[in-house]
Amino acid sequence: MSIRYGSLAVLASAALALSAVATFGQEAERKGIPAPPGHVFKTIISGYQFRTKETRALQDDDLENPGFLAVERAADVWKTVDGGEGKSCMSCHGEAEKTMKGVGAAMPKWSEKLNKPVNLEQQINICRTEHMKAQPWAFKSKELTDMTTFVRFQSRGMPVAVKTDGPMSPWFEKGKEIYYTRVGQLDLACASCHEKNNGKFMRADFLSQGQTNGFPTYRLRDQRLVPLHERFEGCMFDVRGVPYKPLSDEFLALELYVAWRGIGLPVETPSVRN
Amino acid sequence: MADKPRIKLPKEAKKGEIIQIKTLVSHLMESGQRKDAQGKPIPRKIINKFTCEFNGKPVFSCVLEPAISANPYIQFDARVDEEGTFKFAWTDDDGSVLTAEEKIALKA
Ligand code: HEC
Ligand code: HEC
Repeated sequence: MSIRYGSLAVLASAALALSAVATFGQEAERKGIPAPPGHVFKTIISGYQFRTKETRALQDDDLENPGFLAVERAADVWKTVDGGEGKSCMSCHGEAEKTMKGVGAAMPKWSEKLNKPVNLEQQINICRTEHMKAQPWAFKSKELTDMTTFVRFQSRGMPVAVKTDGPMSPWFEKGKEIYYTRVGQLDLACASCHEKNNGKFMRADFLSQGQTNGFPTYRLRDQRLVPLHERFEGCMFDVRGVPYKPLSDEFLALELYVAWRGIGLPVETPSVRN
Repeated sequence: MADKPRIKLPKEAKKGEIIQIKTLVSHLMESGQRKDAQGKPIPRKIINKFTCEFNGKPVFSCVLEPAISANPYIQFDARVDEEGTFKFAWTDDDGSVLTAEEKIALKA
């Protein structure tokens, strides 16, 4: 028999601290994909590769992976009628397995109508408010994160493929600027940690490249799925900065830019992280 | 506790075979140790017991404690000597019980 204990996380991080000296060996084993020409990395590596084998095993088994509770919940909601139009997601989009394949891998995406990029959470709420005449779901609500996970799961294994040219390019540049700007009392930029120091041991964790291919991700610390902008908030908060607001233009630009930093990585949603 | 539990076991087994059963259920597992924003303790609400029966006979059971993570995952082995039905039950602190069933056949 085996049961997962909350306190095991504490033991696990103690064990990690001891094994920090063995980092080199582990680093050599981290598999990635070759980056396209002109990219910041030579090898693009998923956050999965930086996690312990226990955490990876949890992600690899679709039954054990607690993220699938959300996938199953949202699969039901997909078919449920809601709002003034008397429609469900399925009324317009049919079988998600077919129509949503690849959609999550290409977000955020340019919206002609809004003349700006939209991400998955925003698109889902646009569908709810405009197409269904239903209430939008709050950011971080179980409903919105479940549905985001469900839609993104339909792209699992497909390469991250955001478009960054055309009308997206000023957003890309804005995201890049934010990524390299030092913020907070600790005066650190995203790049200070995820570009210069990935592979090192920090905050009881191995610093990864800060890739987004696994989002929303089941965080063992929170014992729930965490949407991407909440992770961005957390990283800014940790350097004692004032985070941008979830779904703000700043975080949207950042989402686009960071997705590009992971271009070609397979979508892992729902991934499992510390 | 409305979500359907997730259960994995083989559809069929040889007589006498030992099979692995995996279960995952959605639950907050509020430990009773935490406080809310106003500093008031959040009352404990966990799944405190899990049982599994096969054709009415107990196969496995356990008591769960507040230190167990949200969405408890329980895995165990069982020997299958005949075809039949596994019944699973998760008991909540509030007295409600979530149940599920899975059938297994014998391989010819
Ligand atoms: C009345 C029809 C309708 C309903 C109901 C509807 N949508 Fe949509 N959906 C659309 C249209 C039209 C688009 C194209 C973009 C736009 O106009 O907003 C779209 C686009 C999308 C996209 C982006 C697709 C892509 O190729 O980029 C996603 C994801 C999506 N919807 C999810 C949902 C979800 C989840 C629900 C249920 C909560 C839902 N939709 C309900 C009409 C609908
Ligand atoms: C002080 C160092 C630090 C800074 C600065 C920082 N992060 Fe992080 N970040 C971490 C740590 C530690 C983790 C958890 C371990 C890991 O995956 O790197 C993490 C995780 C992440 C993840 C999740 C990776 C995964 O695989 O799930 C993303 C995405 C991320 N950070 C993005 C950012 C962005 C964007 C910024 C800038 C706004 C930023 N981080 C700034 C330390 C930092």
